[in-house]
This record gives sequence, structure tokens and C-alpha cells, in this order.
Amino acid sequence: MATITASVYTSHVPAIGAALDLGKSGEPYWQKVFAGYEFSKQWLKDNTPDVIFLVYNDHANAFSLDLIPTFAIGCAPEFAIADEGWGPRPVPKVIGHPELAAHIAQSVIQDDFDLTVVNKMPVDHGLTVPLSLMCGQPSADNFAWPCPVIPFAVNVVQYPVPSGRRCFNLGRAIRKAVASFDAPLKVQVWGTGGMSHQLQGPRAGLINREWDTAFLDQLIADPATLAQKPHIDYVREAGSEGIELVMWLIARGAMSDAAPKVAHRFYHVPASNTAVGHLILENQA
Amino acid sequence: MALDKPYKDIPGTTIFDAEQSRLGFHLNQFCMSLMQAENRARFKADERAYLDQWPMSEEQKQAVLARDLNWCIRLGGNIYFLAKIGATDGKSFQQMAGSMTGMTEEEYRDMMISGGRSIEGNRRLGEDGSAQPHRQPQGKSNQKAGA
Repeated sequence: MATITASVYTSHVPAIGAALDLGKSGEPYWQKVFAGYEFSKQWLKDNTPDVIFLVYNDHANAFSLDLIPTFAIGCAPEFAIADEGWGPRPVPKVIGHPELAAHIAQSVIQDDFDLTVVNKMPVDHGLTVPLSLMCGQPSADNFAWPCPVIPFAVNVVQYPVPSGRRCFNLGRAIRKAVASFDAPLKVQVWGTGGMSHQLQGPRAGLINREWDTAFLDQLIADPATLAQKPHIDYVREAGSEGIELVMWLIARGAMSDAAPKVAHRFYHVPASNTAVGHLILENQA
Repeated sequence: MALDKPYKDIPGTTIFDAEQSRLGFHLNQFCMSLMQAENRARFKADERAYLDQWPMSEEQKQAVLARDLNWCIRLGGNIYFLAKIGATDGKSFQQMAGSMTGMTEEEYRDMMISGGRSIEGNRRLGEDGSAQPHRQPQGKSNQKAGA
């Protein structure tokens, strides 16, 4: 059977991708961000999974207002990199894992979570920036991500978005689905987005370090209680785009009930408009 | 019975809910069209003519032409869609976000480097934080003498 070995949490700010792609990663402003991922890059090399189940949100790239799926699972063999208006990021295309994705879709839908099955979609910075942060820039002679990735897109753009509680329970259903897959795969679940940030209106630029710190503490120690937090708390305290943090609860729900090992923790303000938060949690054997 | 929308009392913030999405449907779909290079070129060549191909309200078109993102958002625009206009203009997300505050680019960038906008006074309408309606627009050049 397949096993979830660890979960990774990280912000997915588009300017991070731009800084990497335009060769600005050595600048002092960006060094302070990338320094927090030095450990993580080595950790991923030492702990490369067979598949990454990557929870993120699309930012009006794959999905316009034509279709707004609350939860969408990417079941295709591969996914193109989206052109978000600046041209596609110069990163490798994403190779999927259609067998495990189809298995998870089958199991989770039967568990009452109405996923949208997606067989064709481009993936945007929400998915590629976390890969870049954790994997570094792939070299020209081996231009590929280190393993297959199942994209799992959550609507956090048009309200109402799914509740923290629903996301946490969905994570549990994904855990159960992975455990019943009949191949000895090591799977990591990544939750991305956040932390506090607001990109719109006169309140743009909002950061709430104290709230973010408490969120990280509780995500580690008491996620079931954190999952009860209502939307309005995220929006009021962490900014209109801080609501992305509900996605972290999917990854946390996919972890075992026993206390995880905190392999790494990092927090920094700012990356562009956003507070960057990052955690690596390992399931204890 | 009315739906519960507890987010209406947050200052300087418009939540893109189903109601806003309905208002802004054509505005946002126009923005999506700018993901294609040929459409960006057509828009840049004659903005008014390009906008006239979309069933948007006259006010929505004026808001786009003025590049007034707060105005666009009031009319149903969503920032991730509006970002396509910014990309067409060669603006970063930070420039776009900052433009909605009244601050100069430098003032906004400096605010972020020194830890971002404080939550204090900015949780609810009626408090006295920097995002409250009576303190707009922000930025040194916009402050009234003696205020």
C-alpha cells in the first residue's frame, strides 16, 4: 500500500517565481526569502517521494468565471505551464500520476467529497513556485521535476470557499485513499498559499505576524481545533487573500493522527505583498 | 431571509463573492482574454474599440481605461483577473496592490519591508487604522495640511 510520509507547507507568491526566473535570487531582498528554503532543498533531495500531491489554487489561469470547481483533481499524464500574462515560467512541465489520481478521485468521491476530475489544465504559479522553492531550478541537462505531481486545485478566489473543517476532513479522506492504493509508493502532501496578505483595496499590504505565528503553532499541535476557525477570522485577521491558508488544512488532515516531527519551520516578511510561511512535518514511523 | 455576510464591515476590503462575481462577469472575462498575446496587442492598439466588443457597462469600461483598480473592484472586478491588465501594462503585483492605497510605489514598498500594514485599527469599520475610509487616499502627497 502507499504511504504518506510527510507534508510540506509554503506560500506561493508569484514574485518569488519571477525573482528566480529573472536571476534576482542573489539580491539581499530575495536572499532573506530563499535562505529559509536551503534546508528544504536538501531535505527533499534526501527524502524524494514517489509522488507529490500538491494542493494549491489557480489564480484565474486554468479556470476563468466559466467554471469554478471547489475541488479539482488533476488526473492527466502531464500538465502544461500556464501563461499568466507574462509568458509561461521557464520551468519543466509537470508529470502527473494518473493511476494514483484516479484512485484518489474514486475513493474520495465515494467518501462524499464532490471532486471535479480534470483531464486537461495548465498549472500556474500556485503550483510551480512551491516546486521551485523546494527543488531549486532544474538543470538544463536534466530538465524535469524530481517526481510526478498530482495537482489538486481549490477554489479560494470566489467566495464562498470551502471551510477549514471541510478541508481538514478532505485531507483525512485523501489519507484513507492513499492507504488503499495497491503499490508501495511514498507520497508527500503539500499545502500551499498564504500566509497573511491582502492584494486589494485600501487595506492592501496587510500583514499579521502574530496571527500567522499562532496559526503555525496550532497547525502543528492542534489542527482539529484550528479547522474550526471560521472564514471571517482569516479574512479579517490575515487579509482577503489570507484565506488561502485553508488549503494547508488539507495537507495537515492527510497526516497521521499522532504528533508529527517538525523537520523545519520558517517565517519571513515580506515577499512582495505577502508573509512567507513554511513548514515541513514528517509522519513518525 | 438574507444570507450572512459578516465580511461587509472590514475596511478597505471587497470580498469577491457570488454577488460581486455576477456584477463583474463580463469585466473579468474581458481580463481573461488578455492572457493571449494577440489580444493584448489588439487591446493596446485601441483600448476603447477592444472594450466595446465586450458587453460591459460603460462605467466598467471607464474604470478600466482609468486603470482605477478600486473602481474596477467596486464594479465586480477581481484582483486576479484585473492582474491581467497589469501584466499587459508591464506592472508587478506589488505595483498594482500599491496603486489601490494612494501611496507611491516607494512608500508602499517601504511599508512592506518594514513589516507590512498593521492590523491594529484595520479590523472593523469605525476604528482608526490606515485602511479606514476617512484616511484615504494614503501616502504623504495625499495628506491634507493640518490633518
